[in-house]
Amino acid sequence: MASYGSGTGRRVAIVAGVRTPFTRAGTSLKSFNAIELGKLCVAELLQRTELDTREVQAIVFGTVIPSVVAPNIAREISLMPMLPKGVQAFSVSRACASANQAITDAADQIVLGHVDVAIAGGAETLSNVPMLHTSGFSDAMVKASKSKTLGGRAGAVSKIRPRDLVPIAPAIAEPSTGETMGQSAEKMAKLNGITREEQDQFALRSHRMAAAGTADGRLTAEIMSVFVPPKYETVATSDNGIRSDTSFEQLSGLKPVFDRKYGTVTAGNASPLTDGGACVLLMSEEKARALGYEPLGFIRSYAYAALDPGEQLLQGPVLAAPVALKRAGLALRDMDLVEMHEAFAAQVLSNLRGLESREWAKRAGFSEPVGEVDRARLNVMGGSIAIGHPFGATGSRITVTLLNELGRRGGQFGLMTVCAAGGMGFAMVVERA
Amino acid sequence: MSDALNAIEARDARGPYSLTMSVEDGIAIITFDTPGESVNKVDRGTKDEFVAIADRLERDKDVRGAILISGKPDVFIAGADIEEFLLLETAAQAERLSRDGQMLIDSVAKMRMPLVVAIHGACLGAGLELALACTYRIATDHPKTVLALPEVQLGIIPGAGGTQRLPRKIGLRAALDMILTGKNVRAKKAYQMGLVEELVHPAILRQVAIQRAKELGNGKRPQLRKERGFMGALLDGNPVGRSVVLRKAREETLKKTKGQYPAPIAALDAVAAGLGARRAHGLREESRLFGEMAVTDVSRQLIYLFFATTALKKDSGVEVPVEPLTVNKVGIIGAGFMGSGIASIAVQQGTVVRMKDADTARVAKGFAAVRSVLKERFTKRQITRTQLDDTMSLLGGTVDYSGFGNVDLVIEAVFEDLATKHQVLRETEAETRSDAIFATNTSTIPIASIAEASARPDRVLGMHFFSPVHKMPLIEVITTPATSPQSVATAVAYGKKLGKTVIVVNDGPGFYVNRILFPYLNEAGRLLEQGASVEAIDNALLAFGFPVGPITLLDEVGMDVGSKAAGVMHLAFGERFAPAAAIDKLVAAGRYGRKASKGFYLYDENGKKGGVDPDVYAVAGAGAERSEIPAEEIQQRCVFAMLNEAMRCLGDGIIRSERDGDVGAVFGIGFPPFRGGPFRYIDSIGAAALASQLEELNSRFPGRFEPAEGLLRRARSG
Repeated sequence: MASYGSGTGRRVAIVAGVRTPFTRAGTSLKSFNAIELGKLCVAELLQRTELDTREVQAIVFGTVIPSVVAPNIAREISLMPMLPKGVQAFSVSRACASANQAITDAADQIVLGHVDVAIAGGAETLSNVPMLHTSGFSDAMVKASKSKTLGGRAGAVSKIRPRDLVPIAPAIAEPSTGETMGQSAEKMAKLNGITREEQDQFALRSHRMAAAGTADGRLTAEIMSVFVPPKYETVATSDNGIRSDTSFEQLSGLKPVFDRKYGTVTAGNASPLTDGGACVLLMSEEKARALGYEPLGFIRSYAYAALDPGEQLLQGPVLAAPVALKRAGLALRDMDLVEMHEAFAAQVLSNLRGLESREWAKRAGFSEPVGEVDRARLNVMGGSIAIGHPFGATGSRITVTLLNELGRRGGQFGLMTVCAAGGMGFAMVVERA
Repeated sequence: MSDALNAIEARDARGPYSLTMSVEDGIAIITFDTPGESVNKVDRGTKDEFVAIADRLERDKDVRGAILISGKPDVFIAGADIEEFLLLETAAQAERLSRDGQMLIDSVAKMRMPLVVAIHGACLGAGLELALACTYRIATDHPKTVLALPEVQLGIIPGAGGTQRLPRKIGLRAALDMILTGKNVRAKKAYQMGLVEELVHPAILRQVAIQRAKELGNGKRPQLRKERGFMGALLDGNPVGRSVVLRKAREETLKKTKGQYPAPIAALDAVAAGLGARRAHGLREESRLFGEMAVTDVSRQLIYLFFATTALKKDSGVEVPVEPLTVNKVGIIGAGFMGSGIASIAVQQGTVVRMKDADTARVAKGFAAVRSVLKERFTKRQITRTQLDDTMSLLGGTVDYSGFGNVDLVIEAVFEDLATKHQVLRETEAETRSDAIFATNTSTIPIASIAEASARPDRVLGMHFFSPVHKMPLIEVITTPATSPQSVATAVAYGKKLGKTVIVVNDGPGFYVNRILFPYLNEAGRLLEQGASVEAIDNALLAFGFPVGPITLLDEVGMDVGSKAAGVMHLAFGERFAPAAAIDKLVAAGRYGRKASKGFYLYDENGKKGGVDPDVYAVAGAGAERSEIPAEEIQQRCVFAMLNEAMRCLGDGIIRSERDGDVGAVFGIGFPPFRGGPFRYIDSIGAAALASQLEELNSRFPGRFEPAEGLLRRARSG
């Protein structure tokens, strides 16, 4: 069976990946905006891979909450002095799958033969979120700036009311349904019969395995040290959300956040608000060999899917996974490792149920369900609940984590899935060698 | 007549010309383009050409206006031809040169038609004096456009009317600031201070100049920029204010020059002479004083140093023509004071830097040091916030060798210990390309010793930077017999790219700069032991012309560092490098100097130097009583020890030429520039006189002052 691009003779190699530590919002990386986080990991990727920077032809980056003054994060990154000014750069947005979108868009350019070398990834800051003004405030400011007289300006400003001064934070709620993601997760838990215990157990698992992966250095191999300006008194070297000592009792003790009465989703079994950036170096297979690189792996196939956000917002992966597998010409049992983004324990567990379900298979257009994911092969070094989830960066992190561990275990194929707000999902199959 | 003037060239048999002229639409376009040179210079030839052109323009009634523009892409006129100055033998000849210059400028000023000058690039010295005489000045808003009267930096004064025209154009204070320091004024500042009338984008310079010339030619009055303002009127606009300004300027100048540089005072006198309505008198004084300054020893030495550094800029550092490696990425090992200092200048040149140290805390300190250098430039508005961030993005930090695989040059700046350096060298060679160059910043360990651990000693050399790295202009590139010419050429080329003056020296303990420094410092230590006070020693050498005294320098460098280096050289060279016991005593007492907040001097918590610590004499074993050792003796003993060692360095082949020795001493340790450097100073004392004085000192203090072989030979041959 042909793999992505191999029909054209251009398989896409994932050569290397780097990320910043993923830190809880408001902690060591709080002073950076998303563009700066993106620049940090791209500069470090270039340093570590020892790539001649003149080879870079495209940079594609994703971020969910864009900067108002510099909306094209990829272009700002590409203008760093060590890169050629001719690098083409564009930015993408597919919620939590933005980094994946960046990777597949860059990969598409390679398959098309437009580009041989690209850098793709994503970054997000939840500490440093751009605040919007209310329309009452902005209207008054625009009027004032257009006035030619002091009186005119004063008059415009005087029209501002107290309620106009309350800023609008970008919501993590679906525009079409008004549901926050946590509320959607809560709904999915109920619909899919995911219990509180199962969610807490899964969260515990995420922390324990992430802690182990951190301790033995498997998870941390791709993390760069970030020296924090302007004083450089702080150096961020590792993810700071992983709780090696958390217990089931502690998790059980937390109160549900989105449904006080019957809820099961808590802060402990959900991914935290996190800052971070992550990126990968992509090349055509030919170019990688010519430059003497040993790729981490190749993109075998990918698929995006969508469903009504009002139905089960985060169940998208269930519809995308079978398509990606089909495109890869493989089955779930062929996957040596599976990485699933953990936005919420309730969501992952819902996804896992969905993959086993005949109904969901039918909706995706398949007669047989994808199957039961072997828990021994699932998120073997924990996931977003423990490691953290900077929205725009996660997809790139998962890609590198998956490939690195696949390499360590001598595995051949890996499957990753990412759910995204808006009712969307992403799945990708990677292969080594 | 216009037809005859079109595309005119001053045609007689003499050869290629600097000035050419064409006429467009009634406007004469005078293009200045010194043939065969990268910059435009004003010399006797151009003066004649100018007179010829002005003459013809006077006679052509169809030409209503003129512009003067450079034919070179990035320079207007860089000044007068300095080589001409060297031909002047008497003050009278120099005075005449100045009078000629004044007359030329005057003839330009008196032209029948308006002359608009279009300035892009460097407009210095005679170039600026010429521009001041024009009717209207337009400059380009471009980083390469700078204006200055830098004559005092060569020990002379502006001699073509600059001391008279500049104050009248921009006011007394601003003019004195420019003339007395010779500083560069950038385009925006020049416009703000009223030195030029307009700033335009380079692409439209020529057409705007022609347009203005047309307007002025049609009788429009020139809208000149004039310095306005309260302070201007108060201080510059009346005799009382002016005399206050002059007096203050004189005081400050004397303080700065310590009376060792006469040119700024002469310039001040020339300016003062012409104030009010006494312009003719001022011009005569300008010429007279120019004449006096041009033949001073100080001026000769400064011009010598100027030519020496210019020649060094063109010197590749190797005899054979060889292509240096391009250095795109540098790996720096050691993020301490020197490592981070080197990183800070490397990133500012656009080099990608990989900086390594033992742990992230040390690397972080290195980042902080680099950023603070950039922050200072940002605060002074020399760079923008974006430039600061962009420059920092070139710096990567690591605790292992990741990212070293593609470095072109490694600069090692770790602890001054041979075993450590050997280990670093071995590790680095395993991680870098086989053609990567390994440059050690060691200040005392011979490069050959370090290279013993190398599998490719042809790639090993020394790049000795001075501290603080971003301020000190010198690099010593130190070669061993094994070092390849390409390695040397690469290090020299990169050092120049970093904006430094580079001398190539051969391997040996202390190399050149430290080797001549230590006999000087040791002698200061001995004088202290023999009863001289710290102040007396430092003041004597300040009076000699050094920027800091030797005792202060010991405190700055650090007694521990100094003592170690002294020990290394004592071991290598024997008796004459025996250090004063006082230094070790201070080290034993933990009085390392500024870094320990006490050495010979006291330092407050901000590192600011206070007075001498009276307890230090006891610690140093110098006895309770201070004795009066005359300043002259202090100077002699310290400086002659240095001169003698410099001669030995020349004889031993450590330095390749006296020129390198002079430049190295002036730019590495602040040997007084007005004395030209150690070798020029030896010439001015006279080899025989120096040798005999050294013999005398040697008999009083055996073991330290024996005259060098080379000096004796020179003394004998007369």
